[in-house]
Amino acid sequence: MSAREGTTPAPAPRPHRLGAVRTVLASLALALALVATMMPVIASDTMALGLLAFPLLAAMVLAAVIVLAPYRLCLLRGPRAAGLLAAVSYAMAFVLISLIAAHPGQAGSGFWALVVVAWAIAWLSVEEMAGLKPRQPLWGRAIALAIPLTFGAWLLILWQVLVVGFAVPKVLLPPPSDIWVRLIASPEVLWADFRQTFLKGVLIGYALGCGAGFLVAILVDRVPFLRRGLLPIGNLVSALPIIGVAPIMVMWFGFDWPSKAAVVVIMTFFPMLVNTVTGLAAADRMQLDLMHTYAANYPQTLLKMRLPMAMPFVFNALKINSTLALIGAIVAEFFGTPIVGMGFRISTEVGRMNIDMVWASIAVAALAGSLFYGLVTLAERAVTFWHPSVRR
Amino acid sequence: MTIEALTAPPSRSPFAGLMQGTAGPVLVVVAAIIAVWYLAAVMLNAPFQRDMYKRGGIEDAPLAQLVADTLSQDRPVLPAPHQVAVELWDTTANKAVTSKRSLVYHGGITLSSTLLGFVLGTALGIGLAILVVHSRVLDKSLMPWVISSQTIPILAIAPMIIVVLNAIGISGLLPKAMISTYLSFFPVTVGMVKGLRSPEAIQMDLMKTYSASPAQALWKLRLPSAMPYLFASMKVGVAASLVGAIVGELPTGAVAGLGARLLSGSYYGQTVQIWSALIAAAVLAATLVALIGVAERLALKRMGMRR
Repeated sequence: MSAREGTTPAPAPRPHRLGAVRTVLASLALALALVATMMPVIASDTMALGLLAFPLLAAMVLAAVIVLAPYRLCLLRGPRAAGLLAAVSYAMAFVLISLIAAHPGQAGSGFWALVVVAWAIAWLSVEEMAGLKPRQPLWGRAIALAIPLTFGAWLLILWQVLVVGFAVPKVLLPPPSDIWVRLIASPEVLWADFRQTFLKGVLIGYALGCGAGFLVAILVDRVPFLRRGLLPIGNLVSALPIIGVAPIMVMWFGFDWPSKAAVVVIMTFFPMLVNTVTGLAAADRMQLDLMHTYAANYPQTLLKMRLPMAMPFVFNALKINSTLALIGAIVAEFFGTPIVGMGFRISTEVGRMNIDMVWASIAVAALAGSLFYGLVTLAERAVTFWHPSVRR
Repeated sequence: MTIEALTAPPSRSPFAGLMQGTAGPVLVVVAAIIAVWYLAAVMLNAPFQRDMYKRGGIEDAPLAQLVADTLSQDRPVLPAPHQVAVELWDTTANKAVTSKRSLVYHGGITLSSTLLGFVLGTALGIGLAILVVHSRVLDKSLMPWVISSQTIPILAIAPMIIVVLNAIGISGLLPKAMISTYLSFFPVTVGMVKGLRSPEAIQMDLMKTYSASPAQALWKLRLPSAMPYLFASMKVGVAASLVGAIVGELPTGAVAGLGARLLSGSYYGQTVQIWSALIAAAVLAATLVALIGVAERLALKRMGMRR
């Protein structure tokens, strides 16, 4: 996402000042860190332990104040500020998580104040990172990766702290640590599910559906009559809830993976068809005329110019389809499976209230989906290297 | 083969006028689809029918009778189009709207959670897009997650969200609507971020010379120029949110809604019921998208953006 406002004028050299957001956040964090020293960190009916009962946490709060105070006074800035803030925020998060793990459900007001402090410091570190303009491209890329990763990490940290701190029942929402434990403890089951759903249902269906859509698109493009007739229908079908054919496919092709692959084929076919036909129309008159002057025949024109020009559209469909395929296969499993598969695992373990296993399956599915999408994106970069959105 | 083959050649057939636009070809393709459907219905249902004949002791049933029988089975492998049409008519027009066997009743339940989820998702999407456009940190940290949120097969989580929310006492419309929300906020966010950034630098500069505040620039320049993007992404969003609503109905144990009709149809082998629920869902989706198209045309016309 590149901002192209172009309205913010180049900053004139002036004394370093924090923006409104950063000033408020830094002041709030400082104030809360100081106030938290007087509040009970761990509180239950029988006891209330202050900050000094936990020397490690007290040291962290001290470190936070030592970093925050000069930052607030604008004495600390630049890469050093970003690095120190990030280090302090993660260290605080680590101490807070291990502390609450020992006293689940007994978090006091001081604990939550410190969670807010740690979160505010993390936000400030991201603000600083986003403001950096490193000269080396490698650092630029590392920062571009670190910012969303920090966001994701804090999502997990807050999830963990809130669930353990409030002692949310595990059947409602397990903390990420439990999900991780389950993920490591049962690789065979998860691998079998992954193989059944992803390697068989999704990949085979994806290849068949995308391939068929692509070939039919070339055929349709050759016959203008079909193009005018099929394209509106293809557009309509792309908007329909095709997932509903899942029960029919299960009825026709049985419980095993072929029915899932069939659902995936139907779901991926139309986006591919519509996008490829649109892409094949992307070549303009001038370019076609150029091929004409080269005395290129139809296959040559198709292979050397129109298909390469259609590739951005084809990859758009491949990306859309990578998520659709996974959804299609998993939902089709709700309608009937042999006793293996991600959709089966999710629906049965929900019934048995093994919510951590469900989340482990979801984590595998999310990871597989993201990797699949990432691979398609990498292939897109390699194939459409000439396109303005990829070119640097 | 030359360049002429690539562009539409002038046709000289007597039907040229009819077949030049899109209406003619679309009708022909639809007719072809229905023909293929009938053919497939006969072929797929024939083995069962032959089996029936064998059990009934009927030898050498004439082809006409075989075809007629395959098209009027009670639980066909593939119901013929007219069977689905009859079932559709039967369950929409001939049943009271409040009846549990009325497709209108089930469609209404699905529609209500679709619309609730769609409204929530659109609001969330617009809100996120406004935040992302105005905050550099959110742009860099949130946008990658918004995009990767869609690579997670959320529909897989649908049953769990519903069961868990039921467990803590939230039931009815909201859990289903949340799945619709999740599916529909994404296209709106991405489209609106693009749309809110669509004013050109020169226009933003003009706002600056008026010394407009960011809020004024948003309200008077960014939002109006984002409208075409909003409508385009709302069309995608509403279709996605219908899918979410249908899938959200699956784990509730087939109580009500089009998804429940699909599930109960698949449990009891009522293929005609599945197909009619499917067609009803398709009609619903097409209607919703068309309605947004109408709203788009009206709004853009009023804003003077219509080309």
